[in-house]
Amino acid sequence: MTESPGLMQSAPPRLTTLVREPLVAIRDLKVYFKAGKGRIVKAVDGVTLDIFKGETLGLVGESGCGKSTLGRTILRLTEPTAGQVLYRDQDLAKLSAKQMREQRRHLQIIFQDPYASLNPRMTVGQIIGEPLDTFKLASGTEAERRVQELMETVGLSKRFVKRYPHEFSGGQRQRIGIARALAVDPDFIVADEPISALDVSIQAQIMNLLERLKREKNLTYLFISHDLRAVRHVSDRVAVMYLGKLVELTGARTIYEEPLMPYTKALISAVPVPDPEIESQRRRIVLEGDVPSPLNPPAGCRFHTRCPYAIQSCKEVEPALVEIKPDHFAACIRISPDQPDIDRVKAGEAPGLSA
Amino acid sequence: MSNNNGTLLEVKNLRTYFETEDGTVKAVDGVSFALQRGETLGIVGESGSGKSVTNLSIIRLVPNPPGRIAGGEIVFAGQDLLQLTEEEVRQIRGRRISMIFQDPMTSLNPFMKISRQLMEMTRLHLGHNKAQAYEHAVKMLEMVGIPDARARVEDYPHEFSGGMRQRVMIAMALSCEPELLIADEPTTALDVTIQAQILELIKKLKQRTGTSVILITHDLGVVAGMTDHVVVMYAGKVFERAPTRELFALPGNPYTRGLLRSVPDPTAEQGKLYQIPGLPPDVAHLKPGCPFAPRCDRVAEICRQEFPPFVQLNAEHYSLCHFAAEVYRESQKESSTSL
Repeated sequence: MTESPGLMQSAPPRLTTLVREPLVAIRDLKVYFKAGKGRIVKAVDGVTLDIFKGETLGLVGESGCGKSTLGRTILRLTEPTAGQVLYRDQDLAKLSAKQMREQRRHLQIIFQDPYASLNPRMTVGQIIGEPLDTFKLASGTEAERRVQELMETVGLSKRFVKRYPHEFSGGQRQRIGIARALAVDPDFIVADEPISALDVSIQAQIMNLLERLKREKNLTYLFISHDLRAVRHVSDRVAVMYLGKLVELTGARTIYEEPLMPYTKALISAVPVPDPEIESQRRRIVLEGDVPSPLNPPAGCRFHTRCPYAIQSCKEVEPALVEIKPDHFAACIRISPDQPDIDRVKAGEAPGLSA
Repeated sequence: MSNNNGTLLEVKNLRTYFETEDGTVKAVDGVSFALQRGETLGIVGESGSGKSVTNLSIIRLVPNPPGRIAGGEIVFAGQDLLQLTEEEVRQIRGRRISMIFQDPMTSLNPFMKISRQLMEMTRLHLGHNKAQAYEHAVKMLEMVGIPDARARVEDYPHEFSGGMRQRVMIAMALSCEPELLIADEPTTALDVTIQAQILELIKKLKQRTGTSVILITHDLGVVAGMTDHVVVMYAGKVFERAPTRELFALPGNPYTRGLLRSVPDPTAEQGKLYQIPGLPPDVAHLKPGCPFAPRCDRVAEICRQEFPPFVQLNAEHYSLCHFAAEVYRESQKESSTSL
């Protein structure tokens, strides 16, 4: 059987080389939206994923693949339709709103557009200090001291404490957003496209800042981005999504050097490399056509409409995420643990089906 | 054509200023570069570097007020565009020089069918009659890879996806076979697989039509794969100018070097990324000396006092830096040890 959510639930993707405990365990998570006229968008459709303590898990995919929805749903900023989000042995998906608010002390998020997420009428000091007050972590001079400390940690001058968000550049606003997220001393941070809106020279600053904070504060990140170069750089492992499904999951280096699933191969090959010598010799897999609408995703493998390797079975069978190589999971019926290289699989064959 | 040396466009000492409450912003201040026929020139820079204003100046679309072209020359096929009347510029814009922008929705009319928008161009500029213009519109959509072009030509812009819309935009820009295509961040809003399609398309069309291209981007990867020459801008100035390979292999400016080192290279294992400290300057309040001095890792006293010279390092390689020669030598040393 290839389509078996039950099986996936009992054998979640796991790093076997390092015995690590998942900090956040996502189980068969589904997030559906009503889109009017009785139509439903399956933004996240049965994702099972472990995020290990202390790792940075990169989550990549193109617009509409559900990566941001997945991130938001972990924090219950978006409500799940089904499935579980386990954190410290409790299912966040089942908590009451009040209980969930308590948990947000431990789970925080950083957004792409820090301006839209900062209250323009509050000073930087108030913005960063607000969570301290909300969670009764500090007050008075103690709170002021914490705010200053947080500003210093993220590289903002303490002099700015009384300024308003509009007085800052994009990179500085992102630092404010990070300081606010850190105020509650969280374990886990969802970074949703944290550098996409920033200038190149500022992107490096923010990536380095996030990496330093991770080391210093033992953080775990879910780093969501469409920028594969950034994801490759900051992540330990990378998960690839396509139209609501997880299609590949492995180490950051492996996913870049030996992608297994055809969509990942195309995605990686589309990334421009800042080296004219390499660029002039590269053979790109240029995909035909657009990402299909999530309102009406293709049957079978959702990638089959654009896949150069697609055969008839791909239109019929929904592939499961299978451990093709150690710690390397991919959802494609045209490969199997015995035949992981799709270019060597005979035309028309689907070794993943018989496995 | 009135060219004799293969140069299609020469921008000489261009200065475009904006009057703001904050004082005069010298968005573009003394920019010079040349574009050869059939070539692609990349203009790289961060926000506020002046890269987009440079190109708005070339097609004389700087909003006035508050902006104005304060000086310089823009010699296109032997003619200084800055000396032309508005009417004469209109004859060139869209016809011989066309532009595509980051967001195609801003340049497509949402209330007009694609057919009409495409036909307007060729009826105006090429004197097509209705039937000719219609056929040409279909042909252009086919050329940019819109499936089922004959049916889609009757659609409105919102009925196309982002990538398809950018293709429509390119079809429109190329419909009069311009000599120069200016593409301002044409793929920044697109997904990476769609970006690859569009870049591939621009390359292919360029080969087919011989159009010269100016590609404005912040993405050094795109520059590496698409361009023959690169201009690096910072604070309204050209900081470095070189053939693309030379620029990447042997940068002669600390800003370029920093920028190159701050981009993650997915083909290599990297530790901490190099980071350029600080923020891009506020162009309205530039201090004397080099505008990059506050962020530069090799800043010296002279950098804060005197504006740097534009130093020639190689046949076509220039760098705006007091220490250009030293930086260039360091790059040479590094590139020989890394081989």
